[in-house]
Amino acid sequence: MSAILHTVNKSPFEKNSLATCLRLSLPGSHILLIEDGVYAAIRGGSMSDDLKRAMSDRTVSVLGPDLRARGITEDGLVDGVGVVGYDGFVHLAAESSKVQSWM
Amino acid sequence: MSEPDSQAGGTVKKFLYINRRAPHGSNYAQEGLEVALIGAAFDQDVAMAFLDDGVFQLKSNQDTAEIGTKNFSATYRALGDYDVKKVYVERESLESRGIGEDELMPLVYEDEDDDWEEKPLISVVDEAELREIIDQADVILNF
Repeated sequence: MSAILHTVNKSPFEKNSLATCLRLSLPGSHILLIEDGVYAAIRGGSMSDDLKRAMSDRTVSVLGPDLRARGITEDGLVDGVGVVGYDGFVHLAAESSKVQSWM
Repeated sequence: MSEPDSQAGGTVKKFLYINRRAPHGSNYAQEGLEVALIGAAFDQDVAMAFLDDGVFQLKSNQDTAEIGTKNFSATYRALGDYDVKKVYVERESLESRGIGEDELMPLVYEDEDDDWEEKPLISVVDEAELREIIDQADVILNF
């Protein structure tokens, strides 16, 4: 089994869920931003640099349906952030040793 | 506080609805919008302010088809028809979230004093202007 899948579902501008996730996740783990968590991945937002740093040793993705619900386009994301669908979410969860939900 | 205008049928107060939450993670945004529309329907002087994550409510091109919720973002377009003429968006909140002014929904109202010309409803204001707007309101409701 591979590393932990971390999900974050809160806006980084309202709660520190993402900040804590970034502090406490290990290299090699996957961070998936869902629901209001996707707001962190907007290029030019104040979380951009933190995400870029995290992507030096972790993978960061966002859930596509939550992105589109919020009017954010894939080309407006921080470079290097991937987009997965519900099927990709299931796949990531199944592949990971466990799922940690930062709420 | 300014003196409210008196009209036949009651006193018109300056209502300010402060919206600080993102649209789809909770019900606050949708309910705030509905209450503001109700206030406007009762001929109150209604203004709305969007700040912090509230600015995300006005992001253009929201499409909730895949998350299975009602896409209430289309309802903001009704604000002009309900005679809401003041929608303020805080510049600092937009900037820290990487959202450009041109990414907001192009809301308009028809100006009855200017041959019903369509005019933009949204004013982007800075922190200092917003302080004054809050100070001038008679009644403030928060969502």
